[in-house]
Amino acid sequence: MSFMPGQPVSTVVQRIEIHKLRDGDNLILGFSIGGGIDQDPSQNLFSEDKTDKGIYVTRVSKGGPAEVAGLRMGDRIMQVNGWDMTMVTHDQARKKLTKKNEDVVRLLVTRKTLEDAVRQSMMQH
Amino acid sequence: MDTDSIHSGYSHHSNRSRGSNKQSERSSRDRHKSHSRDSSSRSDKNVTISASSALPQQPDQSSAPTDAQDDNWGETTTAVTGTSDHSLSQEDLAGFGKETEGPVEKLNCVRFLPLALILLLGLLVLITPLSFLVLPQLMWPERLQACGTVCEGLFLSLAFKLLILLLAGWALFVRPARASLPRIAVFRALLGLLTLLLLLSYWLFFGVRILDSQDENYQGIVQFAVSLVDALLFIHYLAVVLLEVRHLQPCFSLCVVRSTDGETHHYNLGQLSIQRAALVILEHYYKDFSVHNPALLTAAKSRAAKHLAGLKVYNVDGAGSDAATAQSRAKIAAAARQRDTSHNELYYEEAEHDRRVRKRRARLVVAVEEAFTHVRRLQEEEKKKPPGDEMDPREAAQAIFPSMARALQKYLRTTRQQHCHSMDSIQAHLAFCITNNMTPKAFLESYLMTGPTLQYTRECWQTRQWTLVCEASVTSPVRHGSEFQLKSSDFSLVVTSKAIPHLKLSEEYVHPKSHKFVLQLQSETSV
Repeated sequence: MSFMPGQPVSTVVQRIEIHKLRDGDNLILGFSIGGGIDQDPSQNLFSEDKTDKGIYVTRVSKGGPAEVAGLRMGDRIMQVNGWDMTMVTHDQARKKLTKKNEDVVRLLVTRKTLEDAVRQSMMQH
Repeated sequence: MDTDSIHSGYSHHSNRSRGSNKQSERSSRDRHKSHSRDSSSRSDKNVTISASSALPQQPDQSSAPTDAQDDNWGETTTAVTGTSDHSLSQEDLAGFGKETEGPVEKLNCVRFLPLALILLLGLLVLITPLSFLVLPQLMWPERLQACGTVCEGLFLSLAFKLLILLLAGWALFVRPARASLPRIAVFRALLGLLTLLLLLSYWLFFGVRILDSQDENYQGIVQFAVSLVDALLFIHYLAVVLLEVRHLQPCFSLCVVRSTDGETHHYNLGQLSIQRAALVILEHYYKDFSVHNPALLTAAKSRAAKHLAGLKVYNVDGAGSDAATAQSRAKIAAAARQRDTSHNELYYEEAEHDRRVRKRRARLVVAVEEAFTHVRRLQEEEKKKPPGDEMDPREAAQAIFPSMARALQKYLRTTRQQHCHSMDSIQAHLAFCITNNMTPKAFLESYLMTGPTLQYTRECWQTRQWTLVCEASVTSPVRHGSEFQLKSSDFSLVVTSKAIPHLKLSEEYVHPKSHKFVLQLQSETSV
């Protein structure tokens, strides 16, 4: 998932649909995010390239809606409901995920194992 | 042999044993050491000396002073004194060697020769311009043209310049020198020659152009004399630069190492001849180097001697050539192979010594602090009341001195400084501290730390005669890598010089508004 600034990024992504859980007045998704263009990328534990300023999933709460939907720790979120997540600040990402009038968020996430799986399946043919 | 006899611990360590005797009986030290350690372990009681613990006591050696591990100097109850009536302290023995030293003083005439030459030159400088002015007036007064105010102005300036020249010349050349150097001072000699040359050439011109032709233009003659004095002032300026200013800018860094204990200091000097550099170093030596204490130096030699003393070489194959070198090589090889524990001994000995010094120091500090609390400065209003026991500082010092004397003496003996401080000097220092309202710590500082040589009284300064040992000529300038030695009677200072490297300083401009900072965070938000 290394990228050159200004160049298009192409990765293999997985579509994940999370239904928000209603907890009183809050809608929770059950995971935590880290990263963003205003953050320090060298402290990101999950990125391969320590200059990667994308949004990463840092924690997934057990049994929550995100885990049920298939989100894993260390995933990088590329899109949320059509909104781009590759060049956003941390706060903008949070806002896109926690819109009060949306019950469902459709994410496009990528991880290293996806690329390997695709390559393996291509080699088998 | 003294079997089962009870002596007090210092029948053999009497009052005379101050410091170690470096010149005699190092082998006896081992024997004395073994039983002196016994005696010091039981501090104040009498000691039983049995023959089995030590080699037989030789009566003529009992008068020799032993090393300073004996603690009980303060209590002197001697049962049996040494058998010899002639006892010498360490200072007397050190003085023996020095009496025969020292070159015979040169005749006083030779010492004053440079001064006489300088005075002669000064006299010449004084009378030359004056004679230039006076001689035409004497020899052809009727033909001289009178000159008015111009000449008077020139006379005035001549007078003042001559006065300044003479004063400045006195200040630079005639004042008594701080030290006597082995060779002539090259620059002074060259300057003297230059002055002489100048005067001779002026006399030559005067004689040929003015006396022979009997010039009538008096103003020209006066200007001639004034130009001579100007030239002399310029030579004096050159002298100031060469003698005083040139060596101020540092060019060389000299490393001075004392040969006995390795104490090292570094000094920066300008361009000087080797003899003048040696002079500067000696002036710094008295101020920077701690005082030379011969009592501290004998331990290493005794250890090495003990090490090799146990080996004897037998020549089995008969007398061969190279006997001496073969023997010494065999000794060294055998000593290296031997499994010795002398390092172990050294370690424990040093640890023990440190512990003992710290214990004594603690007792000393407490004793002095207590003594100082007894003395109080009499306030002004108290003086008007009928006097109780008013004392001046010296008497006050004498009054409180006995309570700390014993602790101080023991401490000085343990650190082997006792020959540097006499009773009088200690009491004088105490009176000085009391007068100036010093704390006990300030009083003790000069005894707890070894200071530079200047701090001690004259007895410790035994040398003012130094010898300069050098391979190059001592009037040659100091260069990078030059080495020389300054020998005194007890030790020598080894000096090496290095040139200070050419420093290149470059500049980087920082705009004051360019200091901007940004925070780097990594926050985690749960959604």
